[in-house]
Amino acid sequence: MSDLIRLSAADLGERLAAGEVSSVEATQAHLDRITAVDGAVHAFLHVDTERALATAADVDRRRAAGEELGPLAGVPIAIKDVLVTEGMPSTAGSRILEGWIPPYDATPVRLVREAGLVPLGKTNMDEFAMGSSTEHSAYGPTHNPWDLERIPGGSGGGSAASVASFEAPLALGSDTGGSIRQPAHVTGTVGVKPTYGAVSRYGSIALASSLDQIGPVTRTVLDAALLHDVIAGHDPHDSTSIPDAWPSMADAVRRADVAGLRIGVVKELDSDGFQAGVRQRFHESLELLERNGAEIVEVSAPHFEYAIAAYYLILPAEASSNLAKFDSVRFGLRVTPDGGGTVEQVMAATREAGFGPEVKRRIILGTYALSAGYYDAYYGSAQKVRTLVQRDFDAAFANVDVLATPTAPTTAFKLGEKLDDPLAMYLNDVATIPANLAGVPGISVPAGLAPEDGLPVGIQFLAPAREDARLYNVGGALERLLLAEWGRPILDGLPDLSTHELLATEEGAV
Amino acid sequence: MARAELMDYDQALELFEPVIGLEVHVELNTETKMFSPAPNPANSKFHGAEPNTLVTPVCLGLPGSLPVVNGDAVRSSISLGLALGCSIAPSSRFARKNYFYPDLAKNYQISQYDEPIAFEGSVEVELPNGRVFRVPIERAHMEEDAGKLTHVGGSTGRIQGAEYSLVDYNRAGVPLVEIVTKPIFGAEADAPELAKAYVSTIRDIAISLGISEARMERGNLRCDANVSLRPRGAEKLGTRTETKNVNSFRSIERAVRYEIQRQAAILAKGGTITQETRHWHEDTGTTSPGRPKSDADDYRYFPEPDLLPVEPSPELIEQLRAALPEPPAAHRRRLKAEWGFTDLEFQDVLNGGLLVEVAETVAAGASPAAARKWWTGELTRVANAKATDAASLATPQQVAELAALVEAGTLTDRLARQVLEGVAAGEGSPQQIVDARGLAVVSDDGALVAAIDEALASQPDVLAKIRDGKVQAAGAVIGAVMKAMQGKADAARVRELVLERAGNGG
Amino acid sequence: MSEINAEQVAHLANLARIALTEEEIEHLTAELGQIMQAVEKVSEVATPDVPPTSHPIPMHNVFRDDVVGDNVLTVDQALAGAPESDGSRFVVSAILGEEQ
Ligand SMILES: [Mg+2]
Ligand SMILES: [Zn+2]
Repeated sequence: MSDLIRLSAADLGERLAAGEVSSVEATQAHLDRITAVDGAVHAFLHVDTERALATAADVDRRRAAGEELGPLAGVPIAIKDVLVTEGMPSTAGSRILEGWIPPYDATPVRLVREAGLVPLGKTNMDEFAMGSSTEHSAYGPTHNPWDLERIPGGSGGGSAASVASFEAPLALGSDTGGSIRQPAHVTGTVGVKPTYGAVSRYGSIALASSLDQIGPVTRTVLDAALLHDVIAGHDPHDSTSIPDAWPSMADAVRRADVAGLRIGVVKELDSDGFQAGVRQRFHESLELLERNGAEIVEVSAPHFEYAIAAYYLILPAEASSNLAKFDSVRFGLRVTPDGGGTVEQVMAATREAGFGPEVKRRIILGTYALSAGYYDAYYGSAQKVRTLVQRDFDAAFANVDVLATPTAPTTAFKLGEKLDDPLAMYLNDVATIPANLAGVPGISVPAGLAPEDGLPVGIQFLAPAREDARLYNVGGALERLLLAEWGRPILDGLPDLSTHELLATEEGAV
Repeated sequence: MARAELMDYDQALELFEPVIGLEVHVELNTETKMFSPAPNPANSKFHGAEPNTLVTPVCLGLPGSLPVVNGDAVRSSISLGLALGCSIAPSSRFARKNYFYPDLAKNYQISQYDEPIAFEGSVEVELPNGRVFRVPIERAHMEEDAGKLTHVGGSTGRIQGAEYSLVDYNRAGVPLVEIVTKPIFGAEADAPELAKAYVSTIRDIAISLGISEARMERGNLRCDANVSLRPRGAEKLGTRTETKNVNSFRSIERAVRYEIQRQAAILAKGGTITQETRHWHEDTGTTSPGRPKSDADDYRYFPEPDLLPVEPSPELIEQLRAALPEPPAAHRRRLKAEWGFTDLEFQDVLNGGLLVEVAETVAAGASPAAARKWWTGELTRVANAKATDAASLATPQQVAELAALVEAGTLTDRLARQVLEGVAAGEGSPQQIVDARGLAVVSDDGALVAAIDEALASQPDVLAKIRDGKVQAAGAVIGAVMKAMQGKADAARVRELVLERAGNGG
Repeated sequence: MSEINAEQVAHLANLARIALTEEEIEHLTAELGQIMQAVEKVSEVATPDVPPTSHPIPMHNVFRDDVVGDNVLTVDQALAGAPESDGSRFVVSAILGEEQ
């Protein structure tokens, strides 16, 4: 394995800036890695080889010409397929958008390009970001690089797996109920859901408009901060985009210090419902922080237990409306019933053939929750629970600087294990959903491997809205402390993926 | 479909009380659309553009696109609300109205539901018979227009029988204000006239505010008319129908009258009215049933999560209120006095929905008398023949230009009527038509004298009579000369010259 | 509250324009019943005194200037992704219902 692909984005950026390596070399190294292991991992839906190399060559040229470039210029990046990309297929993991090439770039994609990053391609995801395992992708599941038989999390399993398997140093993800943080938890990577409105949603194929947020997927906290600094900021194309100026997240990591930091442990999310190894690593992390000056306090968030219920009403309701545009008229798939049919029949046949079972399930659920006579009991009540969850956060943050929870209840489960049990699948997001309901930011940082199965475990920190920098402070500090204990990054323990290549190919999972 | 049975109108009014409700959609003339920075085809600058050239990813509902509210459209909507005497909501919200239709790019319309921008107002409407009626306004809300469908195949160009349809999304997202009245009671036999006068008043208001081109023939102003009947003495409202596609002033009146007569015939026979949408057919002057109201009308409204509340400050509202033009009734009284019209003359203008046209024609330089004459005379005659509104046939600028040509003696009234026909047929400006058709008055005396001398020579008996002092005999010669000049001569000048030549020639 | 039957699911599928098969309807009817039972608990705490939240970060009056943007598409761009077009407009098969 080439050294170039093992570098953090920050380190690679520095070596590019120093002229020790070219962006074309770095990009080619990652493309080679994709060729070598993506047959087994299946993190990518589309690899944009030629344009990536052209973009890299352009950055090299600009650098040679003496142009002032940002810290990540020339660094490759993978893009979750939920973001539209001009000239690159954008499917959101759905058959209904197969082959669609958008005429515009999503704002985060535009910003990434403007900062000189090199898009490698589009990563796999649960169809329309509905899922926690990437098994709901219409193009086959992504495999967890720690154990190819297991899920990489979801919906952004492709982005997390690409970063974990050294196919890309950075990736963009989207998080509606945990789709950045939960995959980070099960793949030993770092994932951040910024404050709602910190990163533009323009060009992000909407799942639930009031919950969706784009964020960084990386191997280190500093890399996440550097990428966060690139993509955050006001965008006039998104009405919900926050107009505030943001402090540098990278500075927050570099100055990370937990002395005097008050960390609240949400007692409702520190229960028997969580796998023993997950809890063990969670508490070890807290103790480490405490030994280094943080104060650990127990807090209660009594309404968090209603969060999943509220989420599974709000999300399907908004999604049922957001996904109505997939009707075979302006873009995407068209299926005409045998012998023709009216436009109504063509629309219905297209949506029947183009959507997978989870998408249909949620559209029907959302249609029900909004329909006449049920609105108040379902959608309306869910929006009230949202208020209560926000109040829980407000009360907690009146006493503590950040909150801590395990990111998800278990380590990576086996592919197929929960596919037939939607309710069990939904429980994966129990710890991540409250942040989306309240719009507050969250980070998942690797906390070690669970002793019982040797699989990665993450710890989640949550901060008040607009206080994303606090997450980078505590996350950066914990990462440094754990690294000092472990002596090497967690991903150094990743199994050799090249030996699994044949196996996965034989499975037909490619 | 069998033609519906109609009851005599007077008899219908004897048995039933009509209750009407009107929904008017006003397309705003902002530069860009309601939620997208695409050019707005309801602004004359962009009207008539090629299909699908006034669209952004937002208008097409492309995946990932997001709406952003046009601030000017909000201000126009508030102004309109204030002009309708409405209260402006301190906080109002957008909502999604969900239904599938191929002209609706996202398969939901961004509209307002339980929190409209303006509510509870009233408008004073003057009927042709001088009766002044106060129409109560329930609400005015902001929303976006849908695209345009063209049905291809089948014989009628209508939706029924078409083989396929074409979709143009230029109109998708045009800013609309939908104005909804409360049920209007007490109009009685005037209900059809009131409906028409109300829409005409809304048009006057929109134009005086400068917020819409308000041209019905372009669909800038569209009306849905709700009609129900209740038996005399009954308290409970009858079942209503909603007639759509009523897109000219004359058809609003006709459609309401038709529904009253149709429903009365059914009710008098003990039948029941189906609550349904009906479609107005301009050609036959009838309505036909559309979709029955059903649970398919479950629009699943919910607050639009991509947009934030609109909370106009009291300062903004007062600023817009201060900038309002005078109310329509006062405006009318002032114009009538300024123009020096009699009651009858002014009613003629109002009746034709031509107040704006006449005012703008006067503003463009014509005399009030000339402006009234051309609009309520020739243009209205042509409009009736074409079953459309006079306002759709010419612009005030064109009529003012025509009046100036008559004033200058370039055109006689008769020639002017021919020119107007050309304008109505879209042949160009009056001057262009005069040039193209060679319609100008022959002002060259030489040509006239030659024609007069020839006519006098061929009618020696007439010449003798004129010389005997029987001046009225000159008519025969004038007629012959006008005929020879193909009407392009000033009859008064011809008469002068005839008398002169007859005298001199003797 | 949520006794969902197959007829209701078929109606919802029609509203959502998805031509579900009989098997799918049957399957979904059972699943939806379970899911709704789980999510119904929101009503336990959603009392009348609690205001609903539709935007997590409260803002208002976000407006755009009335100026034509730089993202107006060409006809070719607009039609590029269409399953069928006639070169200037999108083509759809015959429409059964009427405008709303
Ligand atoms: Mg309506
Ligand atoms: Zn409307």
